Amino acid sequence: MPDYRSRRKVRKKIVSWIVFFTVLLVTTVWLTPILVALFTSVRDYDDIILRGFFALPEEVSFDSYFAAWRQGRMRQYLPNSFLITLPALGATLLLSSLSAYAISRFRFPGRRPIYYMFIFGMMLPLQILMIPVFGLSNAMGLYDTYIGLIAIHTAFFLGFNTFVLKNYMSTVPPQIFDSAHIDGCSELRIWWQIMLPLTLPAFAALATLLFTWIFNDYLWALILVRTGDKMPVTTGLASLQGEFVTDWTVIMAGSLVGTIPTLMVFVFLQRYFIEGLTLGANK
Amino acid sequence: MKSQRLVNRSRRKETRTAFAFLLLPVTVYLIWIIGPMLYTFYLSLTEWDMFTSPTFVGLANFRRLAADPVFHRSLLNNLKWMVVFITVPIAAGLSLAMVLNRKVRGSTFFKASFFMPMVLSLVVAGLVWSWLYNPAHGLINTVLRGIGLPQLARGWLANASTVMESIIAVGVWRQVGYVMVFYLAGLQSVNKDLVDASRVDGAGSWKSFRHVVLPQLAPITTVVIVISIIDSLRVFALVAVMTDGGPHNASNVLANYIYLTGFQWYQMGYAAAIAVVLFLLAFVFIVFYLSRIAREEDHA
Repeated sequence: MPDYRSRRKVRKKIVSWIVFFTVLLVTTVWLTPILVALFTSVRDYDDIILRGFFALPEEVSFDSYFAAWRQGRMRQYLPNSFLITLPALGATLLLSSLSAYAISRFRFPGRRPIYYMFIFGMMLPLQILMIPVFGLSNAMGLYDTYIGLIAIHTAFFLGFNTFVLKNYMSTVPPQIFDSAHIDGCSELRIWWQIMLPLTLPAFAALATLLFTWIFNDYLWALILVRTGDKMPVTTGLASLQGEFVTDWTVIMAGSLVGTIPTLMVFVFLQRYFIEGLTLGANK
Repeated sequence: MKSQRLVNRSRRKETRTAFAFLLLPVTVYLIWIIGPMLYTFYLSLTEWDMFTSPTFVGLANFRRLAADPVFHRSLLNNLKWMVVFITVPIAAGLSLAMVLNRKVRGSTFFKASFFMPMVLSLVVAGLVWSWLYNPAHGLINTVLRGIGLPQLARGWLANASTVMESIIAVGVWRQVGYVMVFYLAGLQSVNKDLVDASRVDGAGSWKSFRHVVLPQLAPITTVVIVISIIDSLRVFALVAVMTDGGPHNASNVLANYIYLTGFQWYQMGYAAAIAVVLFLLAFVFIVFYLSRIAREEDHA
């Protein structure tokens, strides 16, 4: 009997080690591209061509980072990305808190169609909008401006935000609002002073997620911005590929620099980030 | 009678307040999303070069699509992408979630590692992988030559026979962690007592997974499948950055074909017709998802 039990224990231990090493192996493969980018960015491209991919560099050089920052214009693209992302983030959250509040709190004719319209839009393949949105931005004089990009991001994410926030707001007991209402509190104040503070966690989760999505957008930046000094990181990097086609070390350095903001958000706000992803799905 | 009137009045007031809150967001949404969508339908029936005004041509664009080999190729590539996306990342993401949900050494680090690719923009992912695929100096061919398999080394993105799979692999690389997060969240709500009970009753770990855990994850699986399908229809940036649909359209997808047709060749009407097809493909799944939400609303 003891013999049987200890043998089972040993078997269990072996299985758990096999699982551990398999996961470790897969993880290593998963991280390889990022490690390759890091390794490449501190090397000299002629050295890679001459001595091969795996040769240890004779010296670690940050020249590629300087090149990406100056000639590669990352010093312009990065601030541009923030100038587009942050206003869009604020605007879309503010607007969707209004619509989510109305849909979750009130019963009125047309409530469901409006709610479904938002969900419908959130699931559209956004590429079907690119021609009309380009035309619209042009007609409104917003082509090649930050405002044009901010507007489409604000509008597009209203769907997802309204969906997520409405579900979250529906979990707040309505008695709280009813008693505030009876005490003579206006709906605008109930929204701002009671509902928003109560749903702050959902906003935090959404904000981290939206930051990443808007910051990483490529399609709208490609369609709506033409001038180099207005480009965000994504289209900027893609244009680096054309200019530095012969030097991958600069492209890798630029890519890594351009990833720092979203990486920071992920590292420091990981919990909110992951909550945000599943908020919509886990109702 | 009087109380009825009061109720009516408060109803009307409620409606008015609701619309006051909705006015701004709904207007923005109608102008930037719903309106443009409808305008795409209209444009698909026209010929438009963006400089003169659109001329109505009826269904001519769609007849042209039916005979356009590039359109067929792109459609097929989107479907290929879809088939891979609803199998590989879901199987891998679910397996990882099952393993990492238990207390494995370093599970926090593992989870973060699989999630990392999601944080990179598609542009960065595309650039990094283009370098890995580089025929002369990239990692993949270097390794293949190094381990004595030089015959396997090739121009991954330059070959019509490997280019689509090579790009889809990058998509999978990003998607696995995404799916894993959904399942990790779903596993939190799986009833542990039921799992334990099935084990006591003699079910092996596979049986208890198959018959006890998996059914409880069904709602998450539905959401993940819908998201994967929509994502596979939205594919654009990876293709645009890595190959621009080449070589000879071997890696073209509908979204990229819309972009090329509209913004490189200025055939806006024809591009809109491709967009309508893309819309119809997504529409089926959107309606399915909406009907599911409608059912939940009815129960609420």
